[in-house]
Amino acid sequence: MFAAFDNFPALLIWLPLVTGIICFFLKTEAAAKKWSLLSSVLTLGVVGASLYFSGEKYSLLNQVSYIWLKGINSSFALILDGMSKMLCLLTALAFPVIFTATWKHQYKRANVFYGLMLLSQCGLLGVFMAADALVFYFFWELALIPVYFLASQWGGERRIQATFKFFIYTFIGSLLMLVGILYLYLNASGESFSLASFYNSRANPADQKWLFWLFFIAFAIKMPIFPFHTWQPDAYEQSPTAVTMVLSGVMVKMGVYAVIRWLLPLFPEAVHKFDNIVIGLSVVGMIYASCIAMVQDDLKRLVAYSSIAHIGLMCAAIFANNQSGMQGVMIQMFNHGINIIGLWIIVELIERKLGTRKISELGGIANFAPALSILLVIVALANLALPLTNAFIGEFLMFNGLYQFNVWYAVVAGLSIILAAVYTLNMVKNVFYGSGNSLTAGIRDISLNEKIILSVIVVLIFAAGVFPKPFLDLTQDTTNMILNRIIDK
Amino acid sequence: MSKLVYLVPLFPLIGFLINGLGRKTLSKSLVGMIGSGTVLASFILSLLIFFEVKAPGFTAQTISLFEFIKTKTFDIPFAFQVDQLSVLFLLIITGVGFLIHVYSISYMHDEEAPHFARYFAYLNLFVFSMLLLVLGSNYVIMFIGWEGVGLCSYLLIGYWFKNNDYNNAAKKAFVMNRIGDLGFLLAVFWMINQFGSVTFSDVFAKAPTTSTAVLTGITLLLFVGATGKSAQIPLYTWLPDAMAGPTPVSALIHAATMVTGGVYMIARSHVLYSLAPVSMEVVAIVGLATALLAATIALYQNDIKKVLAYSTVSQLGFMFLALGVGAFTSGVFHVMTHAFFKALLFLGAGSVIHAMGGEQDITKMGGLSKKIRITFLTFLIGVLAISGFPFSSGFISKDEILLAAYHHNKLYFWLGTIGAIMTAVYMFRLLFLTFFGSFRGTHEQEHHLHESPPAMTMPLIVLAVLSVVGGLVQLPHAFGGHAYFNEFLAPAVKVEEHTDPNLALKEYYILGGTIVGLLIIYLATRKFFAVDKFNGEYSGFKKILANKWYVDEIYDAIINKPLRALSVFLNIVVERSGIDRIVNGVGRLVNYSGRQLRLLQSGQVGAYILLMVVATLVFFIIQLFWKSV
Repeated sequence: MFAAFDNFPALLIWLPLVTGIICFFLKTEAAAKKWSLLSSVLTLGVVGASLYFSGEKYSLLNQVSYIWLKGINSSFALILDGMSKMLCLLTALAFPVIFTATWKHQYKRANVFYGLMLLSQCGLLGVFMAADALVFYFFWELALIPVYFLASQWGGERRIQATFKFFIYTFIGSLLMLVGILYLYLNASGESFSLASFYNSRANPADQKWLFWLFFIAFAIKMPIFPFHTWQPDAYEQSPTAVTMVLSGVMVKMGVYAVIRWLLPLFPEAVHKFDNIVIGLSVVGMIYASCIAMVQDDLKRLVAYSSIAHIGLMCAAIFANNQSGMQGVMIQMFNHGINIIGLWIIVELIERKLGTRKISELGGIANFAPALSILLVIVALANLALPLTNAFIGEFLMFNGLYQFNVWYAVVAGLSIILAAVYTLNMVKNVFYGSGNSLTAGIRDISLNEKIILSVIVVLIFAAGVFPKPFLDLTQDTTNMILNRIIDK
Repeated sequence: MSKLVYLVPLFPLIGFLINGLGRKTLSKSLVGMIGSGTVLASFILSLLIFFEVKAPGFTAQTISLFEFIKTKTFDIPFAFQVDQLSVLFLLIITGVGFLIHVYSISYMHDEEAPHFARYFAYLNLFVFSMLLLVLGSNYVIMFIGWEGVGLCSYLLIGYWFKNNDYNNAAKKAFVMNRIGDLGFLLAVFWMINQFGSVTFSDVFAKAPTTSTAVLTGITLLLFVGATGKSAQIPLYTWLPDAMAGPTPVSALIHAATMVTGGVYMIARSHVLYSLAPVSMEVVAIVGLATALLAATIALYQNDIKKVLAYSTVSQLGFMFLALGVGAFTSGVFHVMTHAFFKALLFLGAGSVIHAMGGEQDITKMGGLSKKIRITFLTFLIGVLAISGFPFSSGFISKDEILLAAYHHNKLYFWLGTIGAIMTAVYMFRLLFLTFFGSFRGTHEQEHHLHESPPAMTMPLIVLAVLSVVGGLVQLPHAFGGHAYFNEFLAPAVKVEEHTDPNLALKEYYILGGTIVGLLIIYLATRKFFAVDKFNGEYSGFKKILANKWYVDEIYDAIINKPLRALSVFLNIVVERSGIDRIVNGVGRLVNYSGRQLRLLQSGQVGAYILLMVVATLVFFIIQLFWKSV
């Protein structure tokens, strides 16, 4: 039944899935690395092609629906619209970059490691394309399960604890979501799991009230939104960096994506009812996480809390329910992924070269590794959303959306841009500037291939920051569709 | 020619890219040529555009480059605006910028080649950003330049990044600017939601039909941005610290151009401000207060650059006073004259520091007038200009501001006059301590004293000439002049007209007062700041002034420390022992069975999956059950 490969969604599922399974059987580490890089580059090619063949004319190339579980009216339905393409592009770009950036990292049982990575990619792509609730749930779990293994088998010292927490959190979230999906299936959607019938169903407002929270908590954990976030710093800190990159660069977008694709259109009344609570939580979380980021000594934890603050803004902007906020979130999902992967690459380089991530033990790296420092400063500037870097566009639109919703949210959330400058520049100062110490004096500047990878990130940062039009155009269709659904509920 | 205006910022951008990417391979002389050559090219082009704009019949042009941010509800193009105001700033930025680039080639010659190239790359990037700031045809493009110059300022203050004090100064500058930027951003959002656009022409067209309350809000928020960028109360404390950067940077960024960004912005937005009298009053009061506060501090600073820095803060205050009382063109005029004499003074200070082998403490100088003749003479001209010596550029521009203040509120005039007197006092003190009396440095320094090379003295001479004659384009009628400058700006900026029959008389009073005043100040300063009597420690009120009214310490106590304490509290108490403990507790609850706990914690993640699959199955069974019912 899955024999046809004449469309992009099917290719994007099968390519990483099959190559991932094959990878388990590869003998050497080198082979596994090359194989997975090849696979991820091919996937990127497919996404590239799907971006080229866009529009009405090629609509058949960008969707697919097979009969799957006929008895319960679930079909294997995937669709690539603007938002899906943007996130698939992010996923497809992220993996080759991650593989290359961590090329020198040695893994025990590398074939399993890379196999799991590819399976996780398959799950992520599936989540971003699913047009059927059950398929969505299936891929959601497929994306997560490999990550549990990756983090618990290849992680740092406290990996078991961290993975355990991560597991409990996301497991509870998944369960809540599953209950919600089944309830809707049985009571509202005419016993079909398809996205369309879910959209057409209208749970009555009383049901929406609690269903909203089932889904929201599932997605809020994934993003994560304060106070559901405490799994994240530990998971980021303890996972191998390649996995941290997947988690923070791509996987957190599952939560954001799911809110936009599933939560908003399904429960418009509840969204209007609870928007203040959600935005309030998000804004509090932004300030909270920014403050905590200021006092972190571990680079990974600093980036983790910084990311919580940025994601908080995305969540707040979604619930502002307007063009500007939604467009901002769309473009920011992509840009946040690029920037945070850039930050992780630098953290990974420092840790690999010097054996520590403790800010207090570092300093003066700019004296000894100027190229690394220049690239880091650029990525750091993108992290604080300086104009002409990619993050500015998204943050500008999101803050504007938030402002439109309620001025005071924008004012309070706006404080985070000041705090972001404080912790980011502190980090730059304490790690890269200064006269250095005996540890950092031994650092070698980055090699050519590391330079190339970081340059790709930097080019993406400026390209999307100076000329964001293609990104904004790409997601316009999804934005309109979602907003129409909420507004004429 | 104005169609080619995009080339003006493009040249320095190219210079930035070449010097930045080629910093390891290019020779220092090539780097210097590229760095200053690109700015010269921009200057020449700006001149050509200036002549086009000056010609009669010219109307403001908008040059759209591409679509920047476009959503269904609003549209922000990447577009430039060429009119009298922007072209004036183009000339100041590229003209003074070019001179300072040339000066830098010599001043920075001891730097290693890659750092030398880094310096010029930053400098070119700054010029690029500053040009964006003044060329943008809407507030968002202006904001790009606005934050861009902040970035370059950060990079250049921390140019000698081995020194952590410098790094802290750089960070402080960026963060304080960011506080202002938040105000600017909120104003932009307000405009988007009020007018549906941030393009100047759209906003100004719709302003007259907008409520005063809204306009007051927007203009006050914009002014918050200006207090950050242009170092006004309460966000001024970063500027004196910014003197950590190389001296030419202080001249270009922290005196002549960047810090006047706020003045440009308000002059550009004069339509909005004119409709918001409350905001105008706030601008005037803050400007005046800053002018006075900074002047008092400057009286007892001993670092040559710190004196000039507080002087800059104070002069910027005068510009805001002018804007606040409605004399927009006078504010802009003072930007121009100040760019000449303050750049001159900073570059002169650089030449002094250069001669003194890095010494910046004026109590350890003295008697330099004979040793470094050109520097002394040009510095003297700068001091006279800023002190308002009759018919120098500083006299004419400050005279205009004070007269405008007089017409608005006599108290402002008198307070402004006190500020102007203090200006003369601290500048004469600086002059005497540095150039007169006997030398107080070491023998080694005395032996080393030498005049700077021509690449440094030429810019001094050019700026000195401009400081003398630059004001004549606006010489008051009473002295036989004509307001050419106002006439030129009139199409872009509102010119205030006074119908004061006694204007000429007042001009004569001011002239007479200035001559007498300066003479008294000269004699008094000579006596009371007597050169060789100083023992290094101030006491009493002088100590408070020397310690800058302890404003930094106050900010530290009421903002920095509480914020840090809060962060530590959140991290340790709320995050670690609060939320996280609850979560871990829930986790343990879920694993009520000790056997399962062991299973999970021993790392057998298979168990996780088992749990999940079982749970999933349970739900499918429930579902089937419900279905059959």
